[in-house]
Amino acid sequence: MSALLETRGLTAFYGDFQALFGIDVTVAQGEVIALIGSNGAGKSTFLKSVAGLLRTRAEQIVYRGEPVGGAAAASIVGKGIALVPEGRRLFASLTVEENLLLGAYCKRPGRWNLQSIYALFPALQERRHHAATALSGGQQQMVAIGRALMSNPDLLMCDELSLGLAPVIVREIYAALPAIVADGMSAIVVEQDVQLARRVSSRFYCFQEGRVSLSGLSAQVSDEAITQAYFGVVT
Amino acid sequence: MNTLLNRPAASASFEVRRATRASRVAVLVLLVIALAVASAPWWAGRDALHDFVQLASYLVFAMMWNLLAGYGGMVSIGQQAFFGIGGYGMLILANYCGVSPFVAVPLAAVIATVVAVPVSLVAFRLEGGYFAIGTWVIAEVFRLTIANVSVLGGGSGTSLTALQDVPRALRESLTLWLALAIVAAAVGLLYVFLRSKAGLSLTAMRDNAVAASSQGVDVKRARLFVYLVSACGTALAGGLYFLGNLRISPDAAFSANWTAFGIFIVLIGGLGTLEGPILGALIFFVLNKFLSDYGTWYLIGLGALAILVTMFFPQGLWGFVSRRFGLQLFPVGRRVVFLDDETSARPATDDVTKALNTSSAAHRA
Amino acid sequence: MNTLINIIVQGVLLGALYGLFAMGQSLVFGVMRLTNTAHGDFIVLLVFVLFALTGFAHLPLAVALILLLGIAFGAGYAVQYAILNRVSSRDPLPSLIVTFGLSIVIQNVLQQVFSADPRSVATGSFESQSITVAPGITLGYLPLVTLAATVVLAFAMQWLFGRTPLGRAFRATSDDREIVQLMGVSYRRTYALAMGIAFVLIAVAAALYSMRTAVSPTDGPALLLYAFEAVIIGGMGSFWGTFLGGMALGIAQQAGFYFDPGWGIWLGHIVFLAVLVIRPQGLLPKTA
Repeated sequence: MSALLETRGLTAFYGDFQALFGIDVTVAQGEVIALIGSNGAGKSTFLKSVAGLLRTRAEQIVYRGEPVGGAAAASIVGKGIALVPEGRRLFASLTVEENLLLGAYCKRPGRWNLQSIYALFPALQERRHHAATALSGGQQQMVAIGRALMSNPDLLMCDELSLGLAPVIVREIYAALPAIVADGMSAIVVEQDVQLARRVSSRFYCFQEGRVSLSGLSAQVSDEAITQAYFGVVT
Repeated sequence: MNTLLNRPAASASFEVRRATRASRVAVLVLLVIALAVASAPWWAGRDALHDFVQLASYLVFAMMWNLLAGYGGMVSIGQQAFFGIGGYGMLILANYCGVSPFVAVPLAAVIATVVAVPVSLVAFRLEGGYFAIGTWVIAEVFRLTIANVSVLGGGSGTSLTALQDVPRALRESLTLWLALAIVAAAVGLLYVFLRSKAGLSLTAMRDNAVAASSQGVDVKRARLFVYLVSACGTALAGGLYFLGNLRISPDAAFSANWTAFGIFIVLIGGLGTLEGPILGALIFFVLNKFLSDYGTWYLIGLGALAILVTMFFPQGLWGFVSRRFGLQLFPVGRRVVFLDDETSARPATDDVTKALNTSSAAHRA
Repeated sequence: MNTLINIIVQGVLLGALYGLFAMGQSLVFGVMRLTNTAHGDFIVLLVFVLFALTGFAHLPLAVALILLLGIAFGAGYAVQYAILNRVSSRDPLPSLIVTFGLSIVIQNVLQQVFSADPRSVATGSFESQSITVAPGITLGYLPLVTLAATVVLAFAMQWLFGRTPLGRAFRATSDDREIVQLMGVSYRRTYALAMGIAFVLIAVAAALYSMRTAVSPTDGPALLLYAFEAVIIGGMGSFWGTFLGGMALGIAQQAGFYFDPGWGIWLGHIVFLAVLVIRPQGLLPKTA
């Protein structure tokens, strides 16, 4: 399988502060990978760089063989990459349905539309005309995922879906993930909950202070290896 | 981070410095200038005396506008309201209440400060850009009110008659010394205030009101205080200006041009520094003297300058120079200097000192 | 009694014009939180463009009006994209200074090119035609057309913002301009588009204003204040609110004029300040 997304030596800065020090990550067609690591390790920074919200050098991010690093953020979704941002970031002035419709602004063809989103998350249909931020945390997360899906991406990036949500809600949301990627969509899932991340992904990368400290097959890596890589314990 | 931990303990001593070499020079220069100005009635011509009084008015107006916007975080395009109240207050007290105009100037400033209290209650209902325009509306209310009062000359204004019997030379000297006193007081008090704990909390509040409030800064009271001080100072400038001018009208007293001048001065000088308005006022005054004959072209040039400077030099022209060359004439911030770096005459190279110095410079601006 | 009704009627008609002035400002502040001190001067600028089209270029009024709308859109888009986009951020000071600078430049360029004399656009006899509906109450055709235009545009703006993809993009950009990019909306182009539309609204206002009164290059600041007051009285975030706010301002001014010509504008300002103190959220605040 050829790589859908490949980052080569990706670096990222917030002003003068360097957050990423040369990240090499690949995502193949149809696979779900997980990014784990503690707070501040650089996982969200990585997703923002791929989504174009942070400037990078063109050759550091390659999507379908095309260098897209540093491309305008508004052009990324048209290529087929969608981000569910950390903290949901729904539009407060818009209703649930309007948030979803905005997700389809770039009009990419595919199976995701209002009907299929409502079929995936029935709770949203009853509340479609409510202000988006009036919903519960879990429902807002569903709206955020739906909004990203409406652009019919080939690569879905989810930044900490579990943030601030009760465990039972988190399980419910991740239960929808297989249905989402069923037809070959690739996904990058950033998760602080390591076990959850391992269950939903085939491969993983562990970030630690802006570098990849460990990577491998989610099913085969040992807990000790992850703990060491997660906390940066030097052996 | 590793650098700090690896530093040998002996060289971890440091001191907190306030003054810079440039600032010590600047203070001396200012004292010399102040003495020269004070003695001006004996060696300068009438025009020069009048110019200084005008310059002083521009300068104090700009410093007060800078205080409000650069330190209080409140951008107002209606400060001319207090300028006009200072002018008309002085005139009413002098012409109709028999008060000496030189005493009437500070008295009118007190009146303006009192008026500023209810005005602030109304104006503070608005935020940001709308606060700015709201203050303009309030200034217009004052202008229209006075313009409809025929006793004060209505729309065409009136003259200050209380000094008719005073010999011209004496009047001009007294006006000049009053101007010098007002400028010195304004600069001195602002300098002391901004260096103090209160001044620090003001900068914190401007940068992030929520964070400042969580550190115990009473944001509402601080804002009101700054607004009142700015009103008082602006009224002093107004009273002084019309004392020097001897004639006042609603259009001159409450004109939005004053705010425009204030903005230009701050643009040249940079917002939120103490020396900025001083430099800006000097440059602006000189420009005004020589170029205002060109009327509309001069104004077009000023407007274009305002646009370009804001777009490309957001710190103001002096701000740009000051950052580039590290010059601070009136340092209100604090720098951390590691003594062993100093003795070896090297600039701070490690990350910690650089970070500390950068953040205290950011605090200053 | 008729005098009272006449004050209200004339106030409504005047207020329609103010509402029209204010629509553009409401849109711009709503989408990009921009404080445009040159708003009134843009109105005056487009008035003088209309003079140039009908005067220097000798175009018939209808053609000139259509051209004006096109020129206005292009000018608004360009000004926002090239200049104002650089200063459209949460800090109000840069946009205030830049638009202040634009205000001064526009006023003085117009004075240089056209001289300071006030002038108006001739519409034949249309501007003075009216119908008398009752003793002491006459409705001018031009003010009625203005009222109709304001109503139509308020409907149009409300529809644009509430029901179209572009309107959703506007509202979303105003909520979170960073994240809206993830949906393919470039906030820079969105801002420019919003300013372009605002300029079209301003062009309509400019055309109707110039037919009603003689306009001089320095009229801008006064118009800015009326537009601003209409927005605040009506409540921010609602085009119908802006419409109502304009009405309220118009009525207040007419009442003031009735007592004494010098107090007309003053009473408008006082009513504005009173609304600010008593009901700061305005008459029709957005409830979302």
